[in-house]
Amino acid sequence: MLKQLRERITPTDIVMWVIGGAILALIIWGSVATLIAGRYSRYHWFDFLVFGLAQGSVYALIAMGYTLVYGVLRMINFAHSEVFMSGPYTAYYVAAAFYRSGFLDSHPILSLMVVFLVAMATSTLIAFLLERVAYRPLRNAPRLIPLITAIGASFFLQYTFRGLYGSGFQAYPVVKLLEGEIVFGEFRILRIHLVVIVAAALLLIALYSFIQRTRVGKAIRAVSEDKEASYLMGIDVDRMIVTTFVIGGMSAGAAGVLYALMFKQVHFFMGFIPGIKAFTAAVLGGIGNIPGAMLGGIFLGLFETLGPSLFLDGLGIRAPYQLKDAIAFTMLVLILIFRPTGILGERLAVKKA
Amino acid sequence: MKQSIKIGLIGGLVAVLLALIGMVEAFSQRDIISGIISMGHTLLLLVAVFMGYLAAKRTVGSRPLRILANSLLCGLVVGALLACLVLLGHVVNLRTVFVNAMPPLYQLLTFNQELGTGILILLGAGVLSGVFAGMLYLVPGLARRILIISLSSIVGVGVLQDMLRPTFSLWGPLAIINEWLYTANGLTLSGAFGLFILIAAGSYFWARRGNAIRTDLQRMPATRQRVLKAGVFIILIVVLLALPRVLGLFLSEVITIVGLYVLLGLGLNIVVGYAGLLDLGYVAFFAIGAYTMAILTSPELGFFSLSFWEALPFSIIMGVLSGVILGIPVLKMRGDYLAIVTLGFGEIIRILVLSDFLRPWLGGAQGIAKIPKAHLGNFEFSGPQQIYYLILAGCLLVGLISYKLRDSRLGRAWMAVREDEDVAQAMGINLVATKLLAFATGAGFSALSGAIFASKLASVYPHSFNVMISINIVCVIIVGGMGSIPGVIVGSIALVGLPELLREFAEYRLFVYGTALVAMMLLRPEGLLPEAVRRRELHEEEIPKTGSDLVEESGSIK
Repeated sequence: MLKQLRERITPTDIVMWVIGGAILALIIWGSVATLIAGRYSRYHWFDFLVFGLAQGSVYALIAMGYTLVYGVLRMINFAHSEVFMSGPYTAYYVAAAFYRSGFLDSHPILSLMVVFLVAMATSTLIAFLLERVAYRPLRNAPRLIPLITAIGASFFLQYTFRGLYGSGFQAYPVVKLLEGEIVFGEFRILRIHLVVIVAAALLLIALYSFIQRTRVGKAIRAVSEDKEASYLMGIDVDRMIVTTFVIGGMSAGAAGVLYALMFKQVHFFMGFIPGIKAFTAAVLGGIGNIPGAMLGGIFLGLFETLGPSLFLDGLGIRAPYQLKDAIAFTMLVLILIFRPTGILGERLAVKKA
Repeated sequence: MKQSIKIGLIGGLVAVLLALIGMVEAFSQRDIISGIISMGHTLLLLVAVFMGYLAAKRTVGSRPLRILANSLLCGLVVGALLACLVLLGHVVNLRTVFVNAMPPLYQLLTFNQELGTGILILLGAGVLSGVFAGMLYLVPGLARRILIISLSSIVGVGVLQDMLRPTFSLWGPLAIINEWLYTANGLTLSGAFGLFILIAAGSYFWARRGNAIRTDLQRMPATRQRVLKAGVFIILIVVLLALPRVLGLFLSEVITIVGLYVLLGLGLNIVVGYAGLLDLGYVAFFAIGAYTMAILTSPELGFFSLSFWEALPFSIIMGVLSGVILGIPVLKMRGDYLAIVTLGFGEIIRILVLSDFLRPWLGGAQGIAKIPKAHLGNFEFSGPQQIYYLILAGCLLVGLISYKLRDSRLGRAWMAVREDEDVAQAMGINLVATKLLAFATGAGFSALSGAIFASKLASVYPHSFNVMISINIVCVIIVGGMGSIPGVIVGSIALVGLPELLREFAEYRLFVYGTALVAMMLLRPEGLLPEAVRRRELHEEEIPKTGSDLVEESGSIK
């Protein structure tokens, strides 16, 4: 029994577990230290929580694109972050025009809807073109090749938009309707955070029921289970793949506008960090798994906003908020090492990765 | 008919996109042939000709007139779309959205004429390039090749004028060529014609006699072949040693940058090219090498003040160690996941270096300055012309090591892992050791490069080590050909050297990288100078069948 166990555990496993244990211990120690020190009041924690939820729900929306495409094509659409960027960046010009003409203030809901539509249409178009031009010819190529293509496409898109719209930051116009705070008893929430959370939740529910309830959604799920079998069952696999990209593009475009409304600026490089975070979220929930991506996004958002003050502060690290991105990346690395199947991981055992 | 309109529309959209992102205008600063055609126009013409050629190729049937009509139509459509852009730009102010849609662009597209005549000329140019493409398709293969070679070398000589002109003028007798060939901006007309005739004649001669010369060489006795090879080798070494003297300060700087990328590329080539582990965080090891050098040598931090040579081994050892440490967690990962995790590693290291938390040790956003230069006796590796030798030595060493490793037991193990991990393991290859050695070797080379980089700049900043460097290196080895050592060199020259030389290119560098990666993967996944094994692998179906296969097939029919 003991011998069997010894044979199964390799030295690398031991190293890994030691590293994992050490990080976990650090997190617990840091959190306890922070809580004992009591630097933050419960209002602070509530603020962190709401901001985390808002950010997390945007990540969840982007993560849908990664997870759906991974499901059908078994590839990481590295350029999805640019699909995300293209929407709000293009819609910025519509929003700015509305703002200048005063239409944004007189009809805020209508103009926001137009902005959303433009963003979603652009992102969808980009996702569609991406699939058609870059990925379709490589359907049966060795694994590394589509990945490299995706990286190339990502840079191509970034710098195309840089060339088209310029390299500076553009400030998203302020929507008066979304300014201010809402008071719930003794807690206050920024209105924009509430709007983002609600809008993202609605979109996620709509997406989920589309995938679960409709015929097309069923077909997409079938394709991601087994391409050949679904082809034999009369499903147009190519069309389903395109549909997947379109759905991913739409949700990325909507997420992009929410993100731009929250952070108030757009830039050609704005997709990179949220893109990787959303990918982390998708992996966290188990890539290819749709509820997993939603859960992973929200979890990551919370972890990222609570983390720096919760455990880095307690460890006596200066300016912990600077390390926010490092937390997300560390988490990605840790999940991939210890539980590559993610929280809800059903698919993607090591052999498929 | 429909097909060629479709191809023309695609080409037109590409041309409009190139115009709108500002590439055409940026490139029009430089004339290829003085006063006649600029680089920007050449870019658009290339699109039109390429699309026209495609249209000609896709034509059903082989009637020359039909082919010509199709390519003409395609060229016309490309021109028409550009004309639409100009017209639209005159009606609406596109500038509010597209930053580059400015009057100079329209002037450029209408050849500095009035709107009406300009658009007619634009359409005419489209038609002409379409017809040219059709003709190109119709003429026999040899003539087509000669035409393409000589035209592209005119473009090449024109594009590289800034590099060639000063080089020519440094050498007394060559200065005459300079005057004949170049004006202040671009080639002279007579120079371009002369060059065209010269190169056309040369390539015709080579096409006729090339094979004969090659067989002559092969038939030579072995001893003479060896002497010839040694001679070529010695000439190469002499040229390499003399290069910074010949080229002057600016070009030496460019070459040192290319050299650093060759070093980095050779390192990543082992990880990605040999072992097939796509590492997107390769810049981490570059940073580790550079920072180790900085911490150990810079008096600014005051921990140590070693000399360059004393610190160099520590840099490399730190690189190797971190390669192993970062390698262990990712041992079980493959493909996409590995890429993302290594990308994460690269970013984690950059964020840590940038943070205030580690500032007392790593200098934070201000970095570390006052890194001493390397000395060898009395020779100081101070400017680019001196550092060049350091980098050259590094490249030769690393090149030799990776050349020797390729055919070694370890190299073959790496390639086996690249092809199929499970099978490799079943064949008795120790996956853990093999992969870790790949990471460690690659990281060591990268750290060496980083150490030289730190001493070259005399300072290190976290911003020098962003994810773009990793992507650049990946591009270099992919464009050059994964696993191929000459490929790394060609890739670095093409992707790092050219953008340094062409200042208008700099802005579009990553755009071109992205395009190159996608185009490479779609059209020629094995790279420009592929390794033989890899080419065979990626083009399995295209290998001509051997005799026995054919016999078997015909046998089965009977």
